[in-house]
Amino acid sequence: MGSRASSLLREEDIEEIKKQTGFSHSQITRLYSRFHSLDKGENGALSREDFQRIPELAINPLGDRIINAFFPEGEDQVNFRGFMRTLAHFRPVEDNEKNKDPTSGEPLNSRTNKLFFAFQLYDLDRDDKISRDELLQVLRMMVGVNISDEQLGSIADRTIQEADTNGDMCISFSEFTKVMPGKAIDITADLQNGA
Amino acid sequence: NHTQSKKPFPVLSLGYDHVRLPFEISLWVLLASLMKLGFHLIPRLSSIVPESCLLIVVGLLVGGLIKLVGEIPPVLESKIFFLYLLPPIILDAGYFLPIRQFTENLGTILMFAVVGTLWNAFFVGGLLYGVCQLEGHRLVTVDLLSCLLFGSIISAVDPVAVLAVFEEIHINELLHILVFGESLLNDAVTVVLYHLFEEYSSVGSITVMDVFLGIVCFLVVSLGGIVVGAIYGILAAFTSRFTSHTRVIEPLFVFVYSYMAYLSAEVFHLSGIMALIACGAVMRPYVEANISHKSHTTIKYFLKMWSSVSDTLIFIFLGVSTVAGPHEWNWTFVMATLIFCLVARVLGVVGLTFVINKFRIIKLTSKDQFIIAYGGLRGAIAFSLVYLLKTEHFPMRNMFLTAIITVIFFTVFVQGMTIRPLVDLLAVKKKQETKRSINEEIHTQFLDHLLTGIEDICGHYGHHHWKDKLNRFNKKYVKKCLIAGERSKEPQLIAFYHKMEMKQAIELVESGGGAKLP
Repeated sequence: MGSRASSLLREEDIEEIKKQTGFSHSQITRLYSRFHSLDKGENGALSREDFQRIPELAINPLGDRIINAFFPEGEDQVNFRGFMRTLAHFRPVEDNEKNKDPTSGEPLNSRTNKLFFAFQLYDLDRDDKISRDELLQVLRMMVGVNISDEQLGSIADRTIQEADTNGDMCISFSEFTKVMPGKAIDITADLQNGA
Repeated sequence: NHTQSKKPFPVLSLGYDHVRLPFEISLWVLLASLMKLGFHLIPRLSSIVPESCLLIVVGLLVGGLIKLVGEIPPVLESKIFFLYLLPPIILDAGYFLPIRQFTENLGTILMFAVVGTLWNAFFVGGLLYGVCQLEGHRLVTVDLLSCLLFGSIISAVDPVAVLAVFEEIHINELLHILVFGESLLNDAVTVVLYHLFEEYSSVGSITVMDVFLGIVCFLVVSLGGIVVGAIYGILAAFTSRFTSHTRVIEPLFVFVYSYMAYLSAEVFHLSGIMALIACGAVMRPYVEANISHKSHTTIKYFLKMWSSVSDTLIFIFLGVSTVAGPHEWNWTFVMATLIFCLVARVLGVVGLTFVINKFRIIKLTSKDQFIIAYGGLRGAIAFSLVYLLKTEHFPMRNMFLTAIITVIFFTVFVQGMTIRPLVDLLAVKKKQETKRSINEEIHTQFLDHLLTGIEDICGHYGHHHWKDKLNRFNKKYVKKCLIAGERSKEPQLIAFYHKMEMKQAIELVESGGGAKLP
């Protein structure tokens, strides 16, 4: 299965994805075989339904938001390149790339890009601010339905109050990065041993 | 009939004997508390010398004084140590264990605790045997098994000493949990090696079968300890479900159940330390949800008080026992032990980190490795284990005792006193501001869900996937059984919010700001 799937992937494609995302050869072929097995329509691209068929993702409170994050504006198909570009945000930062020359541009898995990815999952209308409503929606997804609106509202107010420094009652990206827990900044799914 | 002459005051008399034991215990505790108080009153002293060093010095002085008076200084009895002094410290550590960091670094901690301790034990034991063979005359009687036994005792990093020194230097969470986690979990290895070698040295021979059985024993001792601890933890959680009408005994359940977990594990020679940690970690989330806020505060302060007094007493007694203990100084043996311990520790840490770094996301830098190797302090557990050896079976026991004390003194004094300047010199990351904010809590949970989702999309079942599974199971089944009433459905976020609100309200009232409230 794995070898058949990877044979569909041309060597030059792999090279290009490698350059773009920083994944290793074996990680790319492994993720390609996963991509292939998710692709029920066998047309080289994933639709929203393909994602929704993953059982664990269906019960994840943020499932829909995560799925949407894979799709560029207005499209309902994602090809392997796009799939990899999204996943690249979660690639662990390796020591030898931290001190690489800063002129080569930000890699997708830089700290800022990681945080921006998370930020965009909150920020539905893409106005680069988390409003009270957007925060409430996320809180509601995470705590479930049996918590009262007022209680959630007061948590949301408190959260914004704590993070908001310029007094616009919203959390901007720069405010967001400041209140982020120092430890959790490494949002690095453990793809390490995926060879 | 009045054969006895009447005393002028019929009731008054000097009967010291029947209060002697509790009175002396109280005196020791008082001494410990006063010393602790004193060190913090003297300005700048506690920033130069770690408290544990000062306590040992006090112990030495008190021991010397007792000897001068002509009495025999008391020795830190192994039984008293393992049954009364050690459990409070371990329970405090287990109850307030930072579970998140602990589970995230579990692989590394286990590697250091199990493989690292084994390596240390055999490296030190083996080389010491070589030295004993070379040295000749007196030392040549020490056989291989005694050397290995000694190696396994000396190679266990001590949770008491590590905690005492690391609490003060406020090192970053990762390094703290690595050294501290190692010191807690290596107890299983130490217990097994200790009992195995003790038994084999009375039998005199080892077969391949024995080695295999040793491995099985290790699994039984560690997993058995965890199971015993978890059972008592669940019992404690379940009991606390029904205490809403009898709030005054709530703290007691936490202490008694965990102490019984420790004792029950020790009955079967399982690892009591691991049982205590498992018990504390299992019961905490449920007990905290069930009991009142005041009971929780009581538990917290009692644990802190007990562990700090135990800690102080242990170090004082280490000092006193050094004066009292039977000594047999042997330059070759002591120096060899000291050097081999250091070399084994450094080699072990460097070697293991090389392997571990292939699997870790956040790599351990050479600074980290240095602090881990250097932070491997030895303490009273090693002393008490040697003290338990019988002189009939181990004629060299007194020499072992002296060597162990030397190593303890070296690690606590030299390493303990230099680790703070070294941390500054190397610019090792210190602990960041510990105040938890609501933003941090929300975004951490958010990221957890996000990463679980990404792992599921990749089809990679890693850390987050299993944590998510466990959380769901806990929410669906366990919480309903162990937490009473409404709070069983309360999400963690809400609980955190309440706790934070409560704390801030109290602070506001205490600061006198309450008067300004509308």
